[in-house]
Amino acid sequence: MKIYDGRKIIPGILIAALIFSFPFWLNFGKAAVPPKPRLPKGVKNCVKGTMYMRTSHMQLLNDWRNLVVRKNVRIFVAPTGKEYAMSLQNGCLKCHESKADFCDQCHTYLDVKPFCWDCHLAPKENK
Amino acid sequence: MSAQKSILYPLVAVLVLILIPVIGVKLGLSYFFAVVVPYAAFITFFGGILCKVINWARSPVPFRITTTCGQEKSFDWVKHNKFDNPFTNRQVLVRMALEVLCFRSLFRNLKMEMREGPKLAYGSAKWLWLGALAFHWSFLVILLRHMRFFAQPVPGFVDVLQNVDGFFELGIPQLFLTDAVIVAALTYLFLRRVVVPQIRYISLPSDYFPLYVLFGLVLSGIGMRYFFRVDIVKVKELAMSLVTLKPAVPDGIGTLFYVHLFMLSVLFAYFPFSKLAHMAGVFLSPTRNLANNSRAKRHINPWNYPVKVHTYEEYEEEFREKMKEVGLPVEKE
Repeated sequence: MKIYDGRKIIPGILIAALIFSFPFWLNFGKAAVPPKPRLPKGVKNCVKGTMYMRTSHMQLLNDWRNLVVRKNVRIFVAPTGKEYAMSLQNGCLKCHESKADFCDQCHTYLDVKPFCWDCHLAPKENK
Repeated sequence: MSAQKSILYPLVAVLVLILIPVIGVKLGLSYFFAVVVPYAAFITFFGGILCKVINWARSPVPFRITTTCGQEKSFDWVKHNKFDNPFTNRQVLVRMALEVLCFRSLFRNLKMEMREGPKLAYGSAKWLWLGALAFHWSFLVILLRHMRFFAQPVPGFVDVLQNVDGFFELGIPQLFLTDAVIVAALTYLFLRRVVVPQIRYISLPSDYFPLYVLFGLVLSGIGMRYFFRVDIVKVKELAMSLVTLKPAVPDGIGTLFYVHLFMLSVLFAYFPFSKLAHMAGVFLSPTRNLANNSRAKRHINPWNYPVKVHTYEEYEEEFREKMKEVGLPVEKE
């Protein structure tokens, strides 16, 4: 089998293969460790269902912010009827004490940089 | 095939393809759709492209194809157009880069019109070039952004891309400009085939099919990000398990993700057998990747075989006596 211009085409193929298999060799031999957000002790339920919180908490927080800042509504009534303070520092962070052990776990894993902390002070972590 | 059929049949095919993972996952075949199909598609993509390229490389290109758009290298006092009519390999490299990165051939797209008179007029038509550029570059950026699912820790360039792409911080999660651009570009590339009569006439099912698959891929992706969210942590767990070659399917990833993954797999598997192979083919276009140096360098046709020749001397040697008999002049007595 005769290949013409093999001196150009074969390195071309190798470079393309290297680029397209990039995720494979980048992770070669590494174990993928899923994130482990630390769940609060003694509290079973969040303000909404687990699945909703996992996928759409950013939507909820954004709605909360708009309600608080623009309409001065500060109490959130959960589907269960329970009332919560619509606040990051006085609400969410009361149960989820540590940003590093809870928020950052998945956010770092997925390279998400929420802009909560542009304005809010990140809680001081116990080190 | 009529235009309506060319538009409709691939649409039906893609709708069926969307239904396959929806039904399959309901039937509990999530391992098949999350592991077997993507791996198979990836292998098909690689193997197929490799076969294509080797097949192309086996075809000899015996001469320089000089369909160029600029002045060939000539006398010193004739201005040489280096990048439209390259003479050296380095100049070819520049032409190729302009072609691959900026789609220079499409930039030269022309529109022909009959004006009053009647007079034939040609005008520049840049919309196809713009649409193609918008689509391809958005697609590349989106592909690179997806590396956040395939690497741990996430490489730095992803961060840069996400920041630039989400520059306007519209909505939650912030809108990526490329998501909007790719939908607009695909819509344009689709509508141009449907609306312009001449292009509708030459469009085949194989032109519409990849567009529909891309629509399915892009819209399912946008749907997952902005509207019907899936558990993204589990998506990354699956992606990481695939690239570390220890496949494990976490439970409870939304069906929309499987549609997205299946559309991607279809696209990958379809790549080498269709016009999408231009991804590799653009590098092997003889009209783009050959230096126009025929006047300076001899290019020998590789399938030339030794031609059996019978020279005049041999001819005369053979027939000298007979020639003399009939009085024909001979060179040697």
